[in-house]
Amino acid sequence: MNKAEILIIDDEPQIRKLLQINLESNDYKVIQASTGKEGLILSANHPPDLILLDIGLPDKSGHEILKELREWFNNPIIILSVQDNETDIVSALDNGATDYLTKPFRTGELLARIRSAIRRSQNTENNSTIICGYIEIDLISRTVKRKGETVKLTSTEYNLLALFAKNEGKVLTHQFILKEIWGYSYQTETQYLRVFVGNLRKKLEENPNNPQHIITESGVGYRFE
Amino acid sequence: MDLLRTRKYSKKNQYLISILLIALTAVLCFFSVDFIGYRAVALILLVVVSLNAILFDIFPVLLSALLSALIWNFFFIPPILTFHIGTPEDGLMFLMYFVIASINAVLTYKIREVERKERDEQEKAKAIKLYNTLLNSLSHELRTPISTIIGAIDTIKDNQTKLSENNRYELYSEIEIASNRLNRQVENLLSMSRLEAGFIQPKKDWCDLNELVFTTIKDNKDEANNHKIEFNPNENLPLFKLDSGLTEQILYNLIHNAIQHTPENSTIKIEVGNNETNCIIEISDNGKGFPQNEIDLVFDKFYRLNNTSTGGTGLGLSIVKGFTEAMRGKVRLENLPQGGAKFTIEIPCEFSINTDLENE
Repeated sequence: MNKAEILIIDDEPQIRKLLQINLESNDYKVIQASTGKEGLILSANHPPDLILLDIGLPDKSGHEILKELREWFNNPIIILSVQDNETDIVSALDNGATDYLTKPFRTGELLARIRSAIRRSQNTENNSTIICGYIEIDLISRTVKRKGETVKLTSTEYNLLALFAKNEGKVLTHQFILKEIWGYSYQTETQYLRVFVGNLRKKLEENPNNPQHIITESGVGYRFE
Repeated sequence: MDLLRTRKYSKKNQYLISILLIALTAVLCFFSVDFIGYRAVALILLVVVSLNAILFDIFPVLLSALLSALIWNFFFIPPILTFHIGTPEDGLMFLMYFVIASINAVLTYKIREVERKERDEQEKAKAIKLYNTLLNSLSHELRTPISTIIGAIDTIKDNQTKLSENNRYELYSEIEIASNRLNRQVENLLSMSRLEAGFIQPKKDWCDLNELVFTTIKDNKDEANNHKIEFNPNENLPLFKLDSGLTEQILYNLIHNAIQHTPENSTIKIEVGNNETNCIIEISDNGKGFPQNEIDLVFDKFYRLNNTSTGGTGLGLSIVKGFTEAMRGKVRLENLPQGGAKFTIEIPCEFSINTDLENE
């Protein structure tokens, strides 16, 4: 298999250098752009498999670049953002970002996100069963097994779990989940979400207080792993 | 001397009041001049001018000096109702009157200037002292991890072949710990400046406080190796409408603070609950507690306990207070009778009861 190509769009040379060394030693091919404009040109000339985009670029805001890219670019885009800016992150995710990382981030985390994003974008086959650790979801018969035993879920709980599982590894914003499961008019009713996530955790997690599968992304949403 | 500081009147009022005072006195004197004689009137007017000098700025006082001189001349010095002065004696009196009134004004002005300068200098000294405290604790808190990082990297770079695998690993760990510490200090400073600038606008959303506590305990895990953190989730807890980010940092700072300032093997206990209107968070420990006379001060910015040996910028608890108050809540600190300290956070908020949705 060819090396996957990653385009880094970030104005900080130190961050680019660090990412380059890290990604290259993990068998990725790295292309770099220091401005949004350069990034747009590079990605148009030769579309990469994944883009790492700094949301705080000096020439054009990362949000604009993201919107322009998403008009034609379908591969994953992972946003790099500074901490404490949940509004920024949520709006980037709603505008088509695949995932996000806040600076300072650990490189192990970065590699895991990249791997998961690329895997999802290349996995086009439609599996009727999703297996995640000891959780097994059969999308045809709408049944869920935990360590081989069937778990009884209400219909809403099942729908929520199936939505999570279909987007394994991807962070889903509160608004997105509420819209998908409950419909447009429920987009602000986050207490529904909290309750149902709590129920799912009780039924599926080994330790609901230290969840390993349904992970809270504070102020943003949830991620299923 | 405090009287001299009175500057609460607006410019316009100062002119108005001083003119009125002079006019009123003049009228009173006009009717009693037959008993007291017109020369005593000059002294009475002079007293009023001095009174003005105590209360007002230099220009209203100069104006009242001029005005009263003219009034005295016009209404009191014979021949009255003219500006003409009959005798050289009265002429001298008039001149002296004007000079004394003016000196009065100028002297008061000078005293005020000196006082203002002194006050400015005192404030400046206070600011410099605060700045130095800040700079000292900050430079220590920021420089220690930076020196660790630079030192460790130099050691690794310069001793490529000489370092044992074990030592190299330890140096990497030191760099990691120092970077995390640096990161936390910067976070605190940013939070503080957000608070100072009044930028904190709570974004309230439903949150599961049990989950939030577990998350912050996990975030503090690396530091808590020698402490026991006790938390029994409250199963009957409703969801609260809070700013989860701010609440998380409040919890984090309180737990972190307890870990830093209690002896090893201490137990830190966290309890969450609610009354009719508030969500309540209690964090207690079985350490030494706080010196009674410092309890009210610990939430002040840059305040550090007098005989504290552990680091810290003195920002953690002031951020706790700031964030709690941003959500209209209150934070309380008390020493426990059995030893140790207890922080209580109460934040007014909306509740939702879980069971409503259980069987949907």
